[in-house]
Amino acid sequence: MSVIFILITCSLLLAGGFLGAFLWASKSGQFEDDYTPSIRILFDEGLQPPEITEKVRESEVEVFSNEKNSSQKQKT
Amino acid sequence: MSENNGNEISTGQDTFYYDNTTVRNFLIATTIFGIVGMSVGLLVALQFVWPEANFGLQYTTFGRVRPLHTNAVIFAFVGNGIFAGVYYSLQRLCKARMFSDLLSKIHFWGWQTIILAAAISLPLGLTTGKEYAELEWPIDIAIALIWVVFGLNMFMTIIKRRERHLYVAIWFYIATFVTVAMLHIVNSFELPIDFMKSYSWYAGVQDALVQWWYGHNAVAFFLTTPYLGLMYYFIPKVSGRPIYSYRLSIVHFWALIFIYIWAGPHHLLYNALPDWAQSLGVVFSIMLIAPSWGGMLNGLLTLRGAWDKVRESAVLKFLVVAVTCYGMATFEGPMMSLKSVNAIAHFTDWIVAHVHVGALGWNGFLTFAMLYYLIPKMYGTKLHSQKLANAHFWIGTLGIIFYALPMYWAGFTQSLMWKQFNPDGTLVYSNFLETVTQIIPMYALRAFSGVLYLAGVFIMVYNLIKTAKAGSFIREVKAEAAPLLKEYKPASTEHWHRKMFEWKPMRMLVFSLVLVAIGGAIEIIPTFLIQSNVPTIASVKPYTPLELNGRDIYVREGCYTCHSQMIRPFRSEVMRYDPNDLEYSKAGEFVYDHPFQWGSKRTGPDLHRVGGKYPDSWHFYHMLEPESMSPGSIMPPYPWMFDQDWDKDRLPAKIRAMQTLGVPYAEGYADQALGDAEKQAKGIADGLATEGLRVNPDKEIVALIAYLQRLGTDIKKTEGNSNK
Repeated sequence: MSVIFILITCSLLLAGGFLGAFLWASKSGQFEDDYTPSIRILFDEGLQPPEITEKVRESEVEVFSNEKNSSQKQKT
Repeated sequence: MSENNGNEISTGQDTFYYDNTTVRNFLIATTIFGIVGMSVGLLVALQFVWPEANFGLQYTTFGRVRPLHTNAVIFAFVGNGIFAGVYYSLQRLCKARMFSDLLSKIHFWGWQTIILAAAISLPLGLTTGKEYAELEWPIDIAIALIWVVFGLNMFMTIIKRRERHLYVAIWFYIATFVTVAMLHIVNSFELPIDFMKSYSWYAGVQDALVQWWYGHNAVAFFLTTPYLGLMYYFIPKVSGRPIYSYRLSIVHFWALIFIYIWAGPHHLLYNALPDWAQSLGVVFSIMLIAPSWGGMLNGLLTLRGAWDKVRESAVLKFLVVAVTCYGMATFEGPMMSLKSVNAIAHFTDWIVAHVHVGALGWNGFLTFAMLYYLIPKMYGTKLHSQKLANAHFWIGTLGIIFYALPMYWAGFTQSLMWKQFNPDGTLVYSNFLETVTQIIPMYALRAFSGVLYLAGVFIMVYNLIKTAKAGSFIREVKAEAAPLLKEYKPASTEHWHRKMFEWKPMRMLVFSLVLVAIGGAIEIIPTFLIQSNVPTIASVKPYTPLELNGRDIYVREGCYTCHSQMIRPFRSEVMRYDPNDLEYSKAGEFVYDHPFQWGSKRTGPDLHRVGGKYPDSWHFYHMLEPESMSPGSIMPPYPWMFDQDWDKDRLPAKIRAMQTLGVPYAEGYADQALGDAEKQAKGIADGLATEGLRVNPDKEIVALIAYLQRLGTDIKKTEGNSNK
């Protein structure tokens, strides 16, 4: 059973490491802003030739543009 | 590194390129190995209904291909899925190309080589016999090395990032890397005796404890945290909305990693493990509901007001079901950790249902969503057919339902049958086989679910190939970002803990402590472990050389995938498995078991007290043709054990290895081991001959019979042992 002390030690070291990481993160201001990072990741597409961006968007929009279609259908 | 720094002086922006090639390669690998892993899973499922589906070959028999299925799905399908998602999202979250194209290449090809080695070695029966860590020591070392390559590539990318803030997904990736590295190394301590054979450094209870500390956290940090990172990246990207609460996601992360690591013992409830360790595992398992459900709700609430999109978009549907399955599995898990529930669930198909809700729903569906989202993007085109993607979604969902429900039913039914008593105190279903044949229809349904799920994957492959052909692959994506300023001034409001932890001296202290701990551990651990293996039950003796060989055959054939060696202290179990002496399994009985073979599933009965239960001839007939002894049995026959010779060449090396691990064979016993083994084999063969069964004493079946007849008998040799 004594192996449990090794496991507890390893787990504690790991937890200690994460605690250190947490302290570093909060100290260096990682958690000061808890809103903009969630928005920022939505705009990380890089600079592609416009026709490609357009095409990809089309595929996404196609899905979402069905909203339009369905609302049109509802109208008719 | 084709980095292109500082060209555009006018804007002060760096121009650089995201690497799509590695991402695409990992995506292709995850698809291929997904199909392989699921096909093997289907094969395994069919063998429950038709044992002949092993084609009569040892290489495709259940005990060997079941580890192939689990390893392929976990490390090949999900593993490549993790890497694809991390390589895609990390570059964009860090506003930097991956640190090194060379490391990316080594990582990709190294990982595929490991998978290939696993796919060859597992059917050959080269296994350590520890669930989800079956791969032999050279492959273990390769995994550790490639994992470090992955970590190096990731951390260097994080260091040279152009975005100050580490998005929550990156934290999940970091936790994955660090924890899996530690788990893999600690659990893989084994003593090689030659190129593809080793013995676990730990024995019995210790081995079990390490193994399930690993096993549980492998689920936590290989199947869960990386995919949570992917969830936090892809749900916002696909839905075009920020995560419901970014603050909650941060709380989710830190709470999850601090709690997860302590829950491992819930895999060993009512086993030969100290009660306090079991209770500790239960408490932390219950606590896990909070962060897990926080994360699940965070994912689902992101879609608030956007459920109309879910109706249209197959990708979002996959994500919603994936996150829902995560929620179901993380509610069910803590419930199954309650001892009273575990008493019913453990060793049954309920566990199998539970992990498949996670694997098929959470990991599978999230991977499919990622594929449907990324392939069109990286080929600069739109998805070939939304209709087919939707068809895949519905077929896959039906597959999950047809998997989970029959297996829940089967688990409950079988467990209740095991525990059913007559008014006179005897077991209602004293023949174990009755409880198996009862649920075979459920096994058939489960195999059908595999067909559905796999059919969905083939639809996806067709759809994605069509998509890729319609576009052209974009290897590099140009991006611009301002370089990171070196200095950062935190906001002026100083918190108390900032003053308390003066970081520089603290860092020195922590690092030196870690170094001392590692050094000390390397010195102390081996002796410490061996000393604690001193038998607590005087009558428990090491295996004879022939039994040891038989045990290796038992491990090679993966008998532990269907048979446990752990009689829990319940009346129903001692009555069934040891009706004469009513002895449950004691910790002290396993001190020479490298590795332990407690198992986690009873498709067949427990074998811990099988020694002496039947005559040798019964085992002889049963291994040759199980149905001759147990009509209706779904155990496959093992005719090759009657052709192959047991391993004489390595016997001295095996004995010496056991001595190194602290098994008390007499000094120099390795030299006479072979003689002893041959003598014992001849005894067994002679005994069989008196019943008219002619067998060459060199054949594997003889060694296996020797081992089976020894199982669990030591404790009965003398009365009044210390553990009673």
